[in-house]
Amino acid sequence: MSDHASHAGHEVHEHPDWKQYKWVALILFAITIVEVWAYYIPAFVASSAFVPILLVMSAVKFSIVVAYYMHLKYDNRLFIALFVGPLFIAMFTITALLLLFGKL
Amino acid sequence: MSTATAAATHDDHEHVHYTTTGLDNRKIAVWAFIGSECMLFASLISTYLIYKGRSRVGPFPHETWTSPTGEVFKPILNIPVTSASTFVLLMSSLFMVMALAAVENRGKPGYGGLKGNSKFWLATTALAGTVFLGFQAFEFTSFVHEGLKITTNLFGSSFFTLTGFHGAHVTVGVLWLLTLLAIDMKRGLTPKDTLVVDICALYWHFVDVVWIAIFTLIYLIQ
Repeated sequence: MSDHASHAGHEVHEHPDWKQYKWVALILFAITIVEVWAYYIPAFVASSAFVPILLVMSAVKFSIVVAYYMHLKYDNRLFIALFVGPLFIAMFTITALLLLFGKL
Repeated sequence: MSTATAAATHDDHEHVHYTTTGLDNRKIAVWAFIGSECMLFASLISTYLIYKGRSRVGPFPHETWTSPTGEVFKPILNIPVTSASTFVLLMSSLFMVMALAAVENRGKPGYGGLKGNSKFWLATTALAGTVFLGFQAFEFTSFVHEGLKITTNLFGSSFFTLTGFHGAHVTVGVLWLLTLLAIDMKRGLTPKDTLVVDICALYWHFVDVVWIAIFTLIYLIQ
């Protein structure tokens, strides 16, 4: 919250402007196009790079929405902790269960 | 928090609720709720992934299956349709931030016309959510017609449960948006209402990010 004025109870912080919002939408759209395009390339789907690359693209989209549309990049650190903490627990749970059931 | 300070107001913003964190309790609550929702969807996604490939009978998501009676079932997931619904949901997030910006900056220079029309953006977001739900209804119906019900196999059970839960969340979001739209039409949303719209927007974007994960993990990864 360094450069963001904060009233007790109601924060005033910088949000992205329209131009940035549109760029974010364009990037999200472009990544989705690439994901679907990759799905239709049998040789790429069969390769070992397919799943990691798709996961990375998905993670990028996820992060962009959370950072810019949910304003977490500009918001208080407590909100980041409230979201990222459970998110890590969720990811750990998924990974642990997949390992436990022999899926990884 | 004393009574005197709790009732205090600040500038042209809404009533300020002084808290030990200096943050509004409602916003903390919605982030905590979103955090708990992460774990709910993690349990549903992990269940789907664990059951993936363990169905004894088809139809299957990505593979063709021939039943003992000789009936051939094609891969059931319809990627073009789901890609379209994903696009609609992604765009709805853009409309949502525009609705928030319109409310937050109402009356400020540069926010006239369509840019400052929160009713339009709220209605567009709700419409996009409804279109997404329409795509989901189409998908579910076509799956049932093609022989996949929630009781057919492990894939059907985990798929319908996961995407059904997500669809229920989208439905709640659409109702929430329509409520905000009704308030906006009745008395007009002003910058004092920014937090109310912001909380709805956070929920809506969360529903979007969950779909981003579902689209990749369930639909694209074979």
